[in-house]
Amino acid sequence: MSPARGGAAMRLSGLLRKEFLQIVRDPSGIAIAFLMPIFLLVLFGYGVSLDADHVPVALVADAPSQDSADFLAALQGSHYFVPRVAGSLPEAEQALREGAVKGIIHLSADFSRRLRQADGAPIQVLVNGVDANTARLVEGYVTGAWGAWLAAQSARRGQKLDMPVDLQPRIWFNSELKSRNYLVPGLVAIIMTLIGALLTALVMAREWERGTMEALMVTPASMSEVLLGKLGAYFILGTGGMLLTVGLAVWLFGVPLRGSFWLLWGCASLFLLAALGMGLTISTLARSQFVAGQIAIIATFLPAFLLSGFIFDIGSMPAVVQAITHLIVARYFVAIVQTLFLAGNVWSVILPNAAALALMAAIFLGITWRKSRKRLD
Amino acid sequence: MSEAILAAEGLSKSFGAEAKRVTALDQVSLRARAGVVTGLIGPDAAGKTTFMRLAAGLLTPDAGRIAVLGLDATRDALKVQALLGYMPQRFGLYEDLSVQENLDLYADLQGVPRADRAPRYAELMHMTGLAPFMQRLAGRLSGGMKQKLGLACTLVRAPRLLLLDEPTVGVDPVSRRELWAIVDRLVRAEGMSVLLSTAYLDEAERCAEVILLHEGRVLDQGPPAKVSARTTGRVWAVTRPGTRSRDLQAQLEGRPGIVDALVQGEHVRVVTAAAELPAAIVDDKSIVVRAVPPRFEDGFIDMLRSRQPAAQHGTAAAAAADAAPPRTDNHDIVIRVEGVRRRFGDFWAVDGVDFQIRRGEIFGLLGANGAGKTTTFRMLCGLLPATAGRLEVAGLDLRHAAAAARQRVGYMSQKFSLYGILSVAQNLDFFASAYGLNGAARRTRIDWALTEFELAEFAEQASADLPLGFKQRLAMACALMHEPEIIFLDEPTSGVDPLARREFWQRINALARRGVTVLVTTHFMEEAEYCDRLAIMAAGKILATDEPAAIKARARSAEHPEPSMEDAFIGLIERAAGSSA
Repeated sequence: MSPARGGAAMRLSGLLRKEFLQIVRDPSGIAIAFLMPIFLLVLFGYGVSLDADHVPVALVADAPSQDSADFLAALQGSHYFVPRVAGSLPEAEQALREGAVKGIIHLSADFSRRLRQADGAPIQVLVNGVDANTARLVEGYVTGAWGAWLAAQSARRGQKLDMPVDLQPRIWFNSELKSRNYLVPGLVAIIMTLIGALLTALVMAREWERGTMEALMVTPASMSEVLLGKLGAYFILGTGGMLLTVGLAVWLFGVPLRGSFWLLWGCASLFLLAALGMGLTISTLARSQFVAGQIAIIATFLPAFLLSGFIFDIGSMPAVVQAITHLIVARYFVAIVQTLFLAGNVWSVILPNAAALALMAAIFLGITWRKSRKRLD
Repeated sequence: MSEAILAAEGLSKSFGAEAKRVTALDQVSLRARAGVVTGLIGPDAAGKTTFMRLAAGLLTPDAGRIAVLGLDATRDALKVQALLGYMPQRFGLYEDLSVQENLDLYADLQGVPRADRAPRYAELMHMTGLAPFMQRLAGRLSGGMKQKLGLACTLVRAPRLLLLDEPTVGVDPVSRRELWAIVDRLVRAEGMSVLLSTAYLDEAERCAEVILLHEGRVLDQGPPAKVSARTTGRVWAVTRPGTRSRDLQAQLEGRPGIVDALVQGEHVRVVTAAAELPAAIVDDKSIVVRAVPPRFEDGFIDMLRSRQPAAQHGTAAAAAADAAPPRTDNHDIVIRVEGVRRRFGDFWAVDGVDFQIRRGEIFGLLGANGAGKTTTFRMLCGLLPATAGRLEVAGLDLRHAAAAARQRVGYMSQKFSLYGILSVAQNLDFFASAYGLNGAARRTRIDWALTEFELAEFAEQASADLPLGFKQRLAMACALMHEPEIIFLDEPTSGVDPLARREFWQRINALARRGVTVLVTTHFMEEAEYCDRLAIMAAGKILATDEPAAIKARARSAEHPEPSMEDAFIGLIERAAGSSA
């Protein structure tokens, strides 16, 4: 074919070397690839917790008794609550309004009497519904603590509590119910979206803005070589970000990695290809860094954050939104990482999701391939 | 005649959607010879860059064909790109790569064998004078050095045809001269063919052949002497003892039989319609006339003027000049700059600048990009505080009364600062309100602007769609809405065609005659001659402040008995470099 063919290896290595020099010298690339993962990990590993722990609650007993003191002691013994005794219901309500407590447990005046009757004593639980998540957690934990206390009471009195079903919950995969254990693996998807899509779209737009693309175009290098150079460099950078995140997740945050590391690496590579494909597709539409950044954040980063199942469970979304999540590349990868970290090599989850990733990668890289021509118009 | 290395036939190209379709090239046919420099000459938006990109196979023509080195540039784009060297206007240097790394990248892309690189680099670095800077990041080079590095990168593999798109824009005169020396050498020593585009008419004379491009059409093609020859015997240096050239120019401009009248330092350069002097000159017995050899620009202007009826050019501007009352005799100092310095980080952009400007004076700041002109300007507008020194505008100290001073100053920036999506009338209305004009006063000024600047027929048109020359008029009208006594013009004529530039200077002259003080920055050496006094800036310092004739006189020497402003400028820079070294 053309004489230009022979120099393809030289051109590609030249382009790759250029990309790496630029990555090393431009602090913003390093920041997105390495500082951002550390920042997000610390934020989600330490700062964000979807668990209730040491929740302040107020206990109001209209007629304080041995029983109410006993229940208070049981609450104090649990790490979920920091109970305090309020003198009256209005006083407790005031504390709830001020946000000093997240819930009120109200024991009525006939608490002790009805406790010993056949149908048992009711308790009233008031929660602050502004923070719906915490409210639901408090409600659930109080109910659990109440059940446990009743059972203990009955056992002490030597009578068997009359329950139709004896519920013995056993939690699989994340037995301590730590939200960190599923948030941190999900971060791998977020960080790789940032590097693959956002960073790549930005650096491509920069080539247009600075006029370097025009200069590259008139060299014998073909458009696919220019794209391969970008793809190669940012693939390696993204893999670095992924390894850093996985390493910190396992060694710093003690998230168990129950599946195969190599399988994780393989799936991450598929996802990275799809993310790079998205970044390059965006760069064929937007030739200014500002526009490219906006599109990348709205079209890739935010959906990866909100609609991938990273934080919010896809199963509890409205049907329409659930349907939309099928278009979000990150959802397939979040399903894979969460499974690989917490459950292990569950092939029935991994195979279909990996197939979806491969398909998405092919679609986006295909679009880029077709759209990129060595023409300015 | 040698073979054509590049040939276009019926080449057309337009951009944009249907309603706003802009034709960049319209039925262009031309040929460039091998082994010489061919100049593609024309103002901004003439279609130069579009033509270059078509030749490099980066655009597909709407109609017609273009053959480069015997290949079809559109169909065989890859093959053509492997044979030619193309340096776009903003050459794609990687600023965070060093000189060496940029060269390596382009050598890899061009497939230069590793063994051949060391001698080729040495040759290129010697030619461009960049050898001492191999390890410096490209972003840290000066504008002229960047341009030379761009050229070196284009030349890592010696191409048969070199396309240079406005290589000398924004480059200081010293680097400009060096770039031309490199191009001449390439043609002479390596037999390279060069197609070079430029908006500087004085560069046309350095080309073996020129193609004049105007509004997407070829006006003429041939050796530059052919264009100059149009006006042989019709070019004169005119003076009248006791009259300033500026006033004499205003008197002659647009009179019957006069094609062009241009201030050139101490005399007015006049191109007449016929070999006989017209009445306007003959009847004035005190006028002294001397015949001078024609220049390329004279022929070009003659060509442009013959294409459009005389009534169309600058009649209102000429009328404005005539109607202007005689200049006031009040010559107080209105702008005083004393020991002003400005630092950005550890870099002194302006490093000790002093000058004074009198009322009604046209004062020019001349210098290359990065000399500190724009920074000085921003400080004078009160947009940027000085790190040290004293700035006084209209008797007000800018440190304390920047807002009050701004009310008496009109400012027209390089980019024209118009709201593109607003119509002409809306832009005027906005600027009038921004300067606090209300009711009848506002209406009067808007009507004045529409008439004075001949903008009435465009009043409802979005300003983004105006031709460049009209944008410039509108920007100036906006800057004059509040009848300022001082006007600052930052590179007001960059990119506009020579006719629009002449018209613009007529208006400036008229303003000055009315007692408005004008401070103007420019990198056109030519325009420096239109000023009453000049300050020449380089590297944040003023090298000389004087009248144009005096500055030129300083550069007079045995080998340069009649130095041009560019010679004088280069002389000053070299002397400054010599004394600091």
